Amino acid sequence: MISIKNVTKTYGNLTALDNLSLDVSENEVFGLLGPNGAGKTTLIHILATLIKPSSGYAVVNGNNILDDPCKVRSSIGVVFQAPSSDDILTGYENIKVHALLYGIPKEWREKRISEVLDLVGLTSRKDDQVKKYSGGMRRRLEIARGLVHKPRVLFLDEPTLGLDPSSRDNMWQYIRKLVEEENVTIILTTHYMEEADQLCDRICFINNGRITAVDSPAKLKETLSGDTIRIRFEDNVNQSTVLSKIEELSLLDFVHNASYNDNWLVITVNNANKNIPKILSYLDNVNWIEYKKPTLNDLFLQVAGNPMDDDDDAEGGFMERYARYDKS
Amino acid sequence: MMTMMQREVLWRDMLGTISHNLNREFGQLYALWLREFKVFVRERSRLVASIFTPLLWLFVMGSGLGSTNPTNTGANYQLFIFPGIICMSIIFTSVFFGSYIIWDRKFDFLKSVMVSPATRTTVFVGKTLGGMTNSLVQVAILLVVGYIIGIHFDPLSISQTVVIALILSFTLTSVGLTFGSFIESLEGFQLIVSFVVFPLFFLSGALFPINNLPGWLNILTQLNPATYAVDALRGVILGQGINSFQTDIMVLLFFTFVLGILGVLSFRKMKAI
Repeated sequence: MISIKNVTKTYGNLTALDNLSLDVSENEVFGLLGPNGAGKTTLIHILATLIKPSSGYAVVNGNNILDDPCKVRSSIGVVFQAPSSDDILTGYENIKVHALLYGIPKEWREKRISEVLDLVGLTSRKDDQVKKYSGGMRRRLEIARGLVHKPRVLFLDEPTLGLDPSSRDNMWQYIRKLVEEENVTIILTTHYMEEADQLCDRICFINNGRITAVDSPAKLKETLSGDTIRIRFEDNVNQSTVLSKIEELSLLDFVHNASYNDNWLVITVNNANKNIPKILSYLDNVNWIEYKKPTLNDLFLQVAGNPMDDDDDAEGGFMERYARYDKS
Repeated sequence: MMTMMQREVLWRDMLGTISHNLNREFGQLYALWLREFKVFVRERSRLVASIFTPLLWLFVMGSGLGSTNPTNTGANYQLFIFPGIICMSIIFTSVFFGSYIIWDRKFDFLKSVMVSPATRTTVFVGKTLGGMTNSLVQVAILLVVGYIIGIHFDPLSISQTVVIALILSFTLTSVGLTFGSFIESLEGFQLIVSFVVFPLFFLSGALFPINNLPGWLNILTQLNPATYAVDALRGVILGQGINSFQTDIMVLLFFTFVLGILGVLSFRKMKAI
């Protein structure tokens, strides 16, 4: 459905996308994950023909984004990161304007508009001005708007950015519903690992404009190596004793890995809750023990790098930047 | 060789495609216009503000300066500037309307239009249609005010006024859109006020007769499209035009053509984000 070939995008010295290639199949829910500034939004803007790649090309629904941007635009729906509906118009009017822009024939325009409004649960509020909507409603309206012309591909750029946890859950339900009801390929960007896990068939990690991993959420989680136990011994324990213990421990079937450095014995195991007592039975003079379950965020940090490395300037729309500016 | 029937089918297909495309184009224009119109109708403060300023000029400046009688036409000064005030309201509304695209971009509405199959030219024309409607509503209100201060209208002068208003507002909305297409900041708005709106107004002969100006000022007024609209309106409404109606309209249409093309080109070049 989408095929990206060696796409590079540079802004002066900054490389937003670095020779990126990727294929997305039909009716897949595909997640683009990465820290702020990783290049997710740039990639979406390129696929939506809003900006041109510096080199490389992409084919969306059989049309090359460079040769036939108009055909590409007809076959995609885009929900931008920042609100892009007109808040003076009503929800219904916003969708109608878009239905007309996409040239939906009169015969089924009204029917389709009420269909998408119903899909996102806004039928009862359709005649209210958008400025009376909550953040989540507004985002849902924009999803409905993006779907009104029955696109083959729907881009959702950070669909839950700035929503509170309950609106976020709510949004997930609507996205799942539209996956079931609409015959559409979805490209979703997010920096919430949990969100990608919940919604996506496949996840692609992007960092500094490069793909660092692509796979299904389950497979990606498998690459994480179980719970991590850290143990410190009393001062009188010498290193050779510990090393011999490591050999013993490594033979246990629930232990993945054991190593000793900086006076810490680090063991990765299955099910630490159950196995810590067993491990302790092998060891004497333990002074301190702690353990950590891997979270999806560890995967994020492991694959995507530390998000603190990147500044998050110049992302999002005016209002969002304005809001951030306000906070800082 | 094609048979008659094949040829007929081909023709029908072609006409079908053309009418389909036209339908689509009109739908897109209607959509863009509809959005502007709804915003205009709902944001009444915009309308009130843009009507109030011309009234202030008409009554305060008209009466105040009128008492010193700066014109040598002998006519009532307030009546003399009335056509100029109509043009003034068109100048302000149209140029501002065009430059509101800076807002559209700031709030990402423009992005959602840019990602639709509507061409840049369609977006441009749709916007100008919205600007023309706004101007026309204001002109209608001002015409009522004109009637109250004692101007006599007939169907011909009203329809000529409408034609002039439409042409001028198309031209100036193009100017606003051209500037709006490359100015990114809202602060740039202020530049448009100082360097576009006020010069267009002051150099149009809206407030003073232009047949006796110093050379440099004369040249500047001749280069201003609004000058010809003011002159045409003055001719139509008060019978005091310098050029004939036809001449004014021809010059105005020339400006419209040039500035319209410039607007379309700058829209095509405009960055989507």
